[in-house]
Amino acid sequence: MKKLYTILLISISSLFIAFSSFAAPLKVGFVYLTTPGDHGWTYAHERARVILEEKFGDKIETTYVENVPEGPDATRVIRELANQGNQLIFTTSFGYMDPTIKVAKEFPDKHFVHVTGYKRSENVATSNIRFHEGRYIQGVAAGLMTKSNKIGYIASFPIPEVIMGINAFTQGLKSVNKDATVSVIWAMTWYDPGKEADAAKVHIAEGADVLAQHTDTPAMLQTAEEKGAYGFGQGSDMESFAPKAQLFASVNHWDISYIEHIEAALDGTWAAKAAGGNWDTWCSMKDNCLSVTELKNMPADVTAKVQSVADSISSGSFNVFQGPIITNEGTIVAGGATLNDGDLWGMNYYVQGVIGKIPN
Amino acid sequence: MLELIIAVILSSVPIMLAATGELVVERSGVLNLGVEGMMLMGAVIASITVITTGSLFLAVIFGALSGLLTSIVFGFFALVLATNQVATGLALTIFGTGLSGLIGAEYVGKAIQRLEALNIPILSNIPYLGPILFSHNILVYFSFIMAFIVGWFLLKTRPGLVLRAVGNNHDSAHALGYSVVFIRFCSVMFGGFMAGLGGAFLPLVLTPHWAEGMTAGKGWIALALVVFASWRPLRIPIGALLFSGITVMQLVGQARGWAMPSQFLSMLPYLATIAVLVIISRNKEFSIINAPASLGKLFIAGK
Repeated sequence: MKKLYTILLISISSLFIAFSSFAAPLKVGFVYLTTPGDHGWTYAHERARVILEEKFGDKIETTYVENVPEGPDATRVIRELANQGNQLIFTTSFGYMDPTIKVAKEFPDKHFVHVTGYKRSENVATSNIRFHEGRYIQGVAAGLMTKSNKIGYIASFPIPEVIMGINAFTQGLKSVNKDATVSVIWAMTWYDPGKEADAAKVHIAEGADVLAQHTDTPAMLQTAEEKGAYGFGQGSDMESFAPKAQLFASVNHWDISYIEHIEAALDGTWAAKAAGGNWDTWCSMKDNCLSVTELKNMPADVTAKVQSVADSISSGSFNVFQGPIITNEGTIVAGGATLNDGDLWGMNYYVQGVIGKIPN
Repeated sequence: MLELIIAVILSSVPIMLAATGELVVERSGVLNLGVEGMMLMGAVIASITVITTGSLFLAVIFGALSGLLTSIVFGFFALVLATNQVATGLALTIFGTGLSGLIGAEYVGKAIQRLEALNIPILSNIPYLGPILFSHNILVYFSFIMAFIVGWFLLKTRPGLVLRAVGNNHDSAHALGYSVVFIRFCSVMFGGFMAGLGGAFLPLVLTPHWAEGMTAGKGWIALALVVFASWRPLRIPIGALLFSGITVMQLVGQARGWAMPSQFLSMLPYLATIAVLVIISRNKEFSIINAPASLGKLFIAGK
């Protein structure tokens, strides 16, 4: 009897040891707007997820759901991920903001990170990248490369982030070329290669010779390549699609902030950091969250100028929303001051140099 | 202006091809809602073919054939097993979207060689008219010619008459000794072929790369176009040009900063479609007379 007792004790304790040394991995879920195959926005998130898997190995277990439309479907998918035991869930598009907040209320012990939004809570943190820094550099390159002084911009939806992008681009453009103007086409979609190509054709037919985009596919660049115009890659390097047209691409590195969240979740400090809805990451080129690819297809003097602007932004010595900032209706928003983050989120105007009005 | 007209013509081709095919399918009494799925299969196979073999000719052929093969799945269920056509068609779209994403995953992010324009000698040198009418790639000419051929086939030939008879009253056609299922199966395969070709046009001409779900709803527009054309083949090119014309026009409006909300401009192509449908449906001769009477109805031989 005593022997049996000992065996039982040993087996139980060995089981216990086995469990504690092979602690269950932290389950991390991702919600994607399109597929990693968009070669743009979602591709950048997928690249970050792969980096996380490599870095944390068997300490984490990741899952992702792709092609999740913004709206009620998103709520269902996020809830499902939480039900499956994912402790940390990244929702990677602006339109997932309300669904994320809603589901987070139902699962107070799970952690949520919403990408590009502004609503936070006890268990919802936000993470974003200062994309506008890259767009300012694009504007500088566009201003130096354009001959027609007409720039075509393809935008997705009139949300603060996109408007910030247009304005930063135009501030960069104006800093080197006072005569150039930006005309904006709102595609009202993130992902429709055919429509993006049509919009690019229209811009070129209207005289634009440099194009910029805030939509997700390489269609615009391919059209620019065909018609002999220039453009910039979105989210990821798109050089293979347009070797003669891509001047450079702004590349998003989401892994920087994701690693921070996973480390906090692993050592149990996540909840404390997010307490009071105060965990917001808005990281910049200085933090390596954003980079530009090698500058190409530009003359040496332009390359030098663009590089120097990029360097001053990534060293943190230059803020792209440094005044004066004047709207295209003539209102002075900032004389010499720099816009703060609150001003940026409230941006509902075009700066001088953009043609037309923001759709409301 | 010239470039804009060319852009309109090019972007109308995929929906024109798919709609011409679907029109024949519907005229035979079958409603195949799987156009989007078949187009995606055509797009992915055409992309893979051109990446692996480098042959644009093979890409066009294989793209069309993959649409045809996909339609056989639909034909088998909806015609041979007589399943509900609406459900089967929707399933085909989901199937095509998923399968094309799966087999195309490795080919994402690779640029494709573009199908070059075929300049017709002498004619393409005519100012204005030349670039608009005689300086396109072969698929553009084919899409317009097919609308005429289908029109001629349906209305002027005996097999066309039989096909319409099957679509209007499958029981009578069956009683007369025609094989309803065989004729419908052929129509469905033709529809698949044309949808595959329309899908192949996207990566080969419009946006030379494969991207998952790159049709972005064009299959559904093709379906609407068939109703818009009130089942008359020659109205398909008109509808397709009108639709993409308004789409491009609203982009121009935005680029020029017209004082109109861009949401309204984005709605215009759809508003125009609805407006034309309302006008057509007021005239009974236009609409009802051409609608296949047995459209979407189940047929079981010997019932």
